[in-house]
Amino acid sequence: MDLILFLIFAIIAVVSAVNVVVQTHPISSAVSLIGVMGSLAVLYLLLGAEFIAAAQVIVYAGAVMVLFIFVILLLNAGAETKRGRSFMVQLLGVPLLIALLGLLAFFVSRLFPRGVSVRFGGFTGGTAQAVGKALFTTYLLPFEVTSLLILIAILGAIVLARKELD
Amino acid sequence: MSEVPISWFLMLSAVIFALGVAGFLFRRNIITVFMSIELMLNGVNLSFVTFSYQLKQVNGHLFTFFVMVVAAAEAAVGLAIILTVFKNRSTLDIDDIDSMKN
Amino acid sequence: MDAFVVISLIKAAVIAFVLLTAVAYLQWVERKVIAHIQLRMGPYRVGPHGLLQPLADVIKLITKEDMMPSYVNKPIYLLAPFIAVSMSLLSIAVIPFGPTISVAGYQTGMQLADLNIGVLYILAVSSMGVYGVALAGWASNNKYALLGGLRSSAQMISYEIPMALAIASPLLISNTLSLKELVATQSGSVLDWNVLHRPFPQIIAFLIFLIAGFAETNRVPFDLPEAENELVAGFHTEYSSMKFASFFMAEYLNMVTVSSLATLLFLGGWEAPWPAAKGSNLIPSVIFLVAGLTALYHAAHPARRMDKYTLAAFGMVFLALAGVFVLPIVQSWLLPLFWFCAKAGAILFAFMWVRGTLPRFRYDQLMSFAWKFLFPVAMLNLLVTSFLVAWF
Repeated sequence: MDLILFLIFAIIAVVSAVNVVVQTHPISSAVSLIGVMGSLAVLYLLLGAEFIAAAQVIVYAGAVMVLFIFVILLLNAGAETKRGRSFMVQLLGVPLLIALLGLLAFFVSRLFPRGVSVRFGGFTGGTAQAVGKALFTTYLLPFEVTSLLILIAILGAIVLARKELD
Repeated sequence: MSEVPISWFLMLSAVIFALGVAGFLFRRNIITVFMSIELMLNGVNLSFVTFSYQLKQVNGHLFTFFVMVVAAAEAAVGLAIILTVFKNRSTLDIDDIDSMKN
Repeated sequence: MDAFVVISLIKAAVIAFVLLTAVAYLQWVERKVIAHIQLRMGPYRVGPHGLLQPLADVIKLITKEDMMPSYVNKPIYLLAPFIAVSMSLLSIAVIPFGPTISVAGYQTGMQLADLNIGVLYILAVSSMGVYGVALAGWASNNKYALLGGLRSSAQMISYEIPMALAIASPLLISNTLSLKELVATQSGSVLDWNVLHRPFPQIIAFLIFLIAGFAETNRVPFDLPEAENELVAGFHTEYSSMKFASFFMAEYLNMVTVSSLATLLFLGGWEAPWPAAKGSNLIPSVIFLVAGLTALYHAAHPARRMDKYTLAAFGMVFLALAGVFVLPIVQSWLLPLFWFCAKAGAILFAFMWVRGTLPRFRYDQLMSFAWKFLFPVAMLNLLVTSFLVAWF
């Protein structure tokens, strides 16, 4: 059951990721990226990371991607125009990419012991309580620093995107 | 039958990261390049959570949380920069923004 | 494992069927309420007191011509209503309508899935609902739809922040994210409901949540994005027939979700206002008895010709329901269900009441209200709640 779930959502994630890179119109890429994030959220649930799965959907898929889509709509971005690529590049590009990915996958699978396998319920330490406890004790300084970082980002975005007052 | 070897999660993370790198290098629209960066960050997040499962600790989730927060802040500022570039150059094609070239 | 799958499928079917019927009849209730506020009758002719009007509307919507203009972006045009409806239905999957009951010897709660992170799940799914609106507005290739879609999605994401802060405050008191345990921590009497709970009564948070709920579901006074006299019809201008019905259903389902969440977080879910030992079991029967007697009285002095028969029939039905509530067999699940539906129904009635009463906000007033008033107030409420909870 876990295997079927993993396969379905891994395939959806990979197909959507390929779609992000391949589509010409930015909105189609953005919608595919939302698909990637959604399927990754399900994979996080399989790995017992329930808080991170919810945070992924709320923050990434529900806020960051909305920001992307707003900017694409505001700028009225159109589809990318095709400029000529040499035929040799097109012929060699995709097979070489697949070969690179295959080599990566092979080496990653060689590095890891076969014994460890993931099943739903194998790790129960990913609850909101556990994350909150670690966040406010061990990782308190990074937490405060990131809140400062968000404040800086807000100020930066406002300054960069405002209308000029003249 | 119902268990997934952990290396499969790491392979998936590597594949998503590599696809993000491919998008970053090959696409010409600024916003698509930015979305490929987000794809790379998501691949890394999957690795963090997988290792957190393997070591049975919650620290990996914390790192994922911080990566998400930083990615959100970066998306905000980056999109504001893109808006400013568009206002000045009226183009979203990174090949056309080359006024600092010789 | 097998019993769990079968029971879950049965629950999914029951919830889907009941919800979709409830959404249709919610529209009937809304039309009647707004009509009576405006001193007119509302649907009256199609069936007794217009009760078959939703059926007529469904038949009309299904049999209308389903146009797809040629200049739209087809994949996203078709995807947008699908996202809107599926996210609305997904968020209802975790709402508990009552306590644990036993069905044929198998204990199960009256909810489809009891997640540890129930509240976060509802927040996540409702933030995905923004896409239905934004993508619909863009895909229609129509400037009115685009403007409506952009305004509506900006409104929805702006009001998500005070809503999340208003949700966080009672969570500090209840200390759990699971919706079923949330109700369990509010058991007792009215004074244990989160809206009146000891360290800091969450009245402000309740009001902020309701206001943000109005804005999230695009209801008056925040319905500028779909106002008829402003933007043709806003983001669903180019949609017809079943796709339009999907947006419509999504709006009502979102209303049901917001009302249920308000009930669970603030009003104590399915808990009665005072313990059953002191007689709160009789209240549903009393209410239905009074309703039945009123209907029978008005049937005896009919204002319109058919009232003699229709109101008499309604009176009989209400009296029968009053009788059913006294039977001890059904009391264990019917009473909590009644309290939950009564509270959520009161909030839904408030939604309709406000629609009939208030004018709509202008767009800049709407946005400045969210960012300059609701957000600081919600933040202050959270701060005060956390101080008081840490102190006592």
